[in-house]
Amino acid sequence: MAPDQTAATTEPVTPTPPVITARVPETTPVEASAVDQAPVVFDVRDLSVYYGSFRAVRDASLQIRQHEITAFIGPSGCGKSTMLRCFDRMNDLIDGCRVEGTLEYHGVDLYDPRIDPVEVRKRIGMVFQKPNPFPKSIYDNIAFGPKLAGQKGNLDDVVESALRRAALWDEVKDRLKKSAMGLSGGQQQRLCIARAIAVEPEVVLMDEPCSALDPIATSRIEDLMQELKADYTIVIVTHNMQQAARVSDRTAFFTTEVNETSDTRTGVLVEFEVTDKVFSNPSDERTENYVTGRFG
Amino acid sequence: MSDLRLPSDAEHLLLEVTTSRSRRIRNGIATFWMYLSFVLVVVPLAFIVGYVIQKGAAQMSGAWFTERLPAVSTKAGGGMQPAIVGTLLITFGAALMAVPLGVLGAIYIEEYGGRGRLSRLIRFMADVMTGVPSIVMGLFVYTVYTLVFGLNGFGGSLALACLMLPIVIRSTEEMLKLVPDDLRQASYALGNRKWRTIVTVVLPAALGGIVSGVMLAIARAAGETAPLLFTIGAARKVNTSLFDGPNTALPLQIWNNAQTPFEAATNRAWGAAFTLIAIVFIFTVIARIVAARFSLKHS
Repeated sequence: MAPDQTAATTEPVTPTPPVITARVPETTPVEASAVDQAPVVFDVRDLSVYYGSFRAVRDASLQIRQHEITAFIGPSGCGKSTMLRCFDRMNDLIDGCRVEGTLEYHGVDLYDPRIDPVEVRKRIGMVFQKPNPFPKSIYDNIAFGPKLAGQKGNLDDVVESALRRAALWDEVKDRLKKSAMGLSGGQQQRLCIARAIAVEPEVVLMDEPCSALDPIATSRIEDLMQELKADYTIVIVTHNMQQAARVSDRTAFFTTEVNETSDTRTGVLVEFEVTDKVFSNPSDERTENYVTGRFG
Repeated sequence: MSDLRLPSDAEHLLLEVTTSRSRRIRNGIATFWMYLSFVLVVVPLAFIVGYVIQKGAAQMSGAWFTERLPAVSTKAGGGMQPAIVGTLLITFGAALMAVPLGVLGAIYIEEYGGRGRLSRLIRFMADVMTGVPSIVMGLFVYTVYTLVFGLNGFGGSLALACLMLPIVIRSTEEMLKLVPDDLRQASYALGNRKWRTIVTVVLPAALGGIVSGVMLAIARAAGETAPLLFTIGAARKVNTSLFDGPNTALPLQIWNNAQTPFEAATNRAWGAAFTLIAIVFIFTVIARIVAARFSLKHS
């Protein structure tokens, strides 16, 4: 977590050239501090995730801030999806998965034994890699969450507003009672986003939401994320570095470390910074190699 | 074929005439074999259905559905109402016991038990039960139920339920397996609890298949004779009570009547067979329509 804070504190000390080290970010002090002011939603400290005895993520620390898009990038198997699934405790569904360290959501420890994971998931929505609409009508897909939350009566307004926010309304308004399985992949994914935001979560987690989509559908989802940012906090896992660079405010770069003795790979958080800095002036050599395409 | 060829050869390479002769022959044999298998399966089925319709449909009349069984089966006359009512009641009673139990058992195995010891035991017992001959099921119910409570329709229901249970469990389990885990994840991610995920997402998604399995079990049970021989006794008039006194059923009537050399009796057996097939068919169609209403999949 150090780079983030050193950036903010060292900046005023060296306001003018000569710039000696690569550690000084290129972003202007105004920008950096403006971004920094957003309140912290998730505070992760020394988080490790185990699958049985296998350690998937080691000692990751970062903060997710409100109304920002935070991107997790890195090669396959670096633990970014595992990390993401900690935020809504979806890892609980995997046998033998165990979390160490602290993960606070507005100061509340999410892994406190008294916390009900179901209540966590009601507040933190998730969109998956593969579009996974229910084999129900478009309407029922969106109304599913609100009904679950106990909303009674006519949900037409809720459904319309969710679909509008997901930029899908115009395409499906005449076929709300038709099966969601008949939509295209990109439409299905926007439907899944609409379904996630219909329950008014505070955070939307996206696990490679565009990896199964074509470039046009991808660009629509990216535009959508920019619009959703005003209302929600978004964390996105992506394999696509350009996507992270385009959409995110902050980027966390994960990589794998091979354990020599056991020959297992553990994910480590290398760098967590404002996106511009990660892509233009990374402080870690591994990050630089990855974002410039020399590794990955 | 690994040598490089000029593009001008490309067309020649792709032409069918260049593909090997033996490959085309093998393809032809395999295709023929598949069509032949299909015909071999369909022809007997068509004959059975056609023959039963031809012989049995003639027996249909108002009296067939409204009158009691004749006192003397060697002569024409009377109806089949007691057996129709008996079959409907006994099979319905069996389904009422076996279907909820079987579906819940499958849900336990698939959604809760996982690879645990109890679910493996249930799965194993279901397999063993599938292999138990139906007459043994009848004997079992005879010893534990009929000897105590006497001959009645419920004994038949119990025996048929024992037959249906493993079929319902295994077919439902297979259908639940087919529900993609993505759907469960999507439901959990919306803050849905496990039992509610099963009720609102998993079961509706598997409904069509579950209904098919249940109908298969019901059809199998409705046509069973052996388990009923020991358990329901015989009745000549309609008995609408499952618990009070002996009953009768269509398979028993087929069995009884077909054994005699008299034309009136054999005709009655054909009529009963036709009625039984019609009942199973009608219920299957109804179940399909109902299931289609509930689960909208690819419309």
